[in-house]
Amino acid sequence: MRRPLGALAELLAPSALVVVVGLLSTTASASNEVYFLNALVSVAIVVAIYVFVGISGVLSFGQISFVAVGAFAAGVMTVPVESKKGVLTSIFPLLRDHSVGNVPSLLLAAALGGVFAFIVGLPLMRLSGLAAGIATFAVLEITHNILREWTKIGPGATTLALVPETTGALQATLGALVAIVVAFVYQRSRRGRLLRASREDPAAARGVGVNIHLERLLAFTLSGALAGFAGGLYVHLLGSITTEQVYLELTFLTLAMLVVGGLTSLWGAVIGALAVSGLDSFLGQAESGVHVLFTFTLPQGTRLVFLSAIMALVLILRPSGLTGGRELRLRWPGRRRRPAEAPS
Amino acid sequence: MSILASIDLQTLGDALGQGAIYALMAVGIGLVFGVLRLVNFAYGQLIMAGAYTLAYTSGWPVAASIVSCFAVVVALSLAMDRLVFRPLRSSSPAVMLVTTFAVSFLLQAVALIVDLRDGTLGQIATSVAPLNQAVTVAGVDVRKVTFVAVAVTLGTLAVLALVLTRTTIGLHTRAAASDFRTARLLGVRANRVIAFAVVVSGLLAAAVAVLLTVQNPFVQPDFALEDTIIVLVGVVVGGIDRLWTATLGGFAIGFVSVIVNAALPTDKTVFLPSVVYALVIVVLLLRPAGLFAWGRRAAMERV
Repeated sequence: MRRPLGALAELLAPSALVVVVGLLSTTASASNEVYFLNALVSVAIVVAIYVFVGISGVLSFGQISFVAVGAFAAGVMTVPVESKKGVLTSIFPLLRDHSVGNVPSLLLAAALGGVFAFIVGLPLMRLSGLAAGIATFAVLEITHNILREWTKIGPGATTLALVPETTGALQATLGALVAIVVAFVYQRSRRGRLLRASREDPAAARGVGVNIHLERLLAFTLSGALAGFAGGLYVHLLGSITTEQVYLELTFLTLAMLVVGGLTSLWGAVIGALAVSGLDSFLGQAESGVHVLFTFTLPQGTRLVFLSAIMALVLILRPSGLTGGRELRLRWPGRRRRPAEAPS
Repeated sequence: MSILASIDLQTLGDALGQGAIYALMAVGIGLVFGVLRLVNFAYGQLIMAGAYTLAYTSGWPVAASIVSCFAVVVALSLAMDRLVFRPLRSSSPAVMLVTTFAVSFLLQAVALIVDLRDGTLGQIATSVAPLNQAVTVAGVDVRKVTFVAVAVTLGTLAVLALVLTRTTIGLHTRAAASDFRTARLLGVRANRVIAFAVVVSGLLAAAVAVLLTVQNPFVQPDFALEDTIIVLVGVVVGGIDRLWTATLGGFAIGFVSVIVNAALPTDKTVFLPSVVYALVIVVLLLRPAGLFAWGRRAAMERV
């Protein structure tokens, strides 16, 4: 039976949450605003990862490669032409002599992320389990290595600076919303359901004719495009970026966000991203002794201790994540609850 | 064959030493994976803790320093099992892996706080440094630690092989590794087997801590992090389902990295990770169950 209201909640709840965070960011002081915007960009990245990892059930450590490609593509292409000659000395002339605006750079980032993911996914999507995890991790290492060392396509190991900081409250909120809507539409679509079926039972899914390789490849490509787009948002938020910022730490942090929220639902991805980045900002604030609710100061370096300890605790006490890996559903009072169901 | 020409005895010796240390780490990771089905990303932080112990006990006699390193690492390994692995036993692999990320970050953050008490980042471990001196064998400079690493690895593997095949606890461990549930039904005590695997993997981590500290006495919170990541990759490439294939995988990735590094033209060595990880992808595509996993198992895991 179709339950349009339930489906609507699945989309509206995460969207509303993102809008609230976006609105809050406009009321925050200038120094605090960046925490909210960071959380929103994290939502975009984690939702991108969710589209592949959450729906297919295949672990990937490689999605941050697409964030990196998107971030550097959008960054390099928006540095003003007159500054480029000074900063990016050894870059290809074609890249040096052209720049694009904010929105085209985000579209470019999404396109590059998608194309890169498609090319990588073509062979790799045959793998599953740990082999898939390690192979995608190898992609991350190679991407990082090339971005860092090949100075013809970017700044190499130096910082890419002078990127226009266009990701304000509006762009961060809209960006996160775009990611959520795309993920929602995909997971409700026929293709998304086929992929989800393959996650729950690969043998049965194959038995009814699901081409698992193809479905995974589609999700991987879509996830890559969203990740590239999120990378574009990220670079426009930071204004300057190095390859180290889109590498191991971001990979682990965003995966942890997804798992803490609940690996198998869009709601979980959004909750996890907001909860972990919220906690991170709060602890960061407390560490520098700023007034948060009440004034107290944590010793330097304790932020990471608390953050990782809380993450470990959540996973030990609630292995299926804060949301239990379920979408938020509206239930009419008095109506019988459906019997316990598999994560839908 | 210009590639082979650039590989001399010197490189071969270094490659053997690197491979030997990585093989030891692979055994430690593979043992725990065997009984718990858990990829322990925090394994590197056991080694890091051992290295810090060596650094902070630098003033002590070498033997006492090494013994305290072993004690600290084994205790930490047991604590990790009790506090983290045990509550997670029935969780999915992804949750277990991500939890060990969190544990890894936690231990690094704690190390950072401890380390920064004296105002500078990093501690020097000097007590075991003499092993880093080179001796000349047949015109090739070989660091003493290379011999020690190879000898320790061979000795450990031999002892471990004996323990796993000739003792009751070894038999139980192998049974648990091949099918934990059935092994329990047949009377294997889960907690004992797991404790055994955890202690042995802790001992191996301590040994690796000593060997790595000899090579690089400058201990920082991210000590051994990169090595652990490479070994985890090697273990999966070799075949994580069996201890021997996992060990060979660890050895292979250490050995191959050094050889590839020597074979690349000097101005291209910055691309070493790309070459090694491209090889990893190729091997995984051709043999998803593991490079050294022959027979029926090799056909699995394909979609």
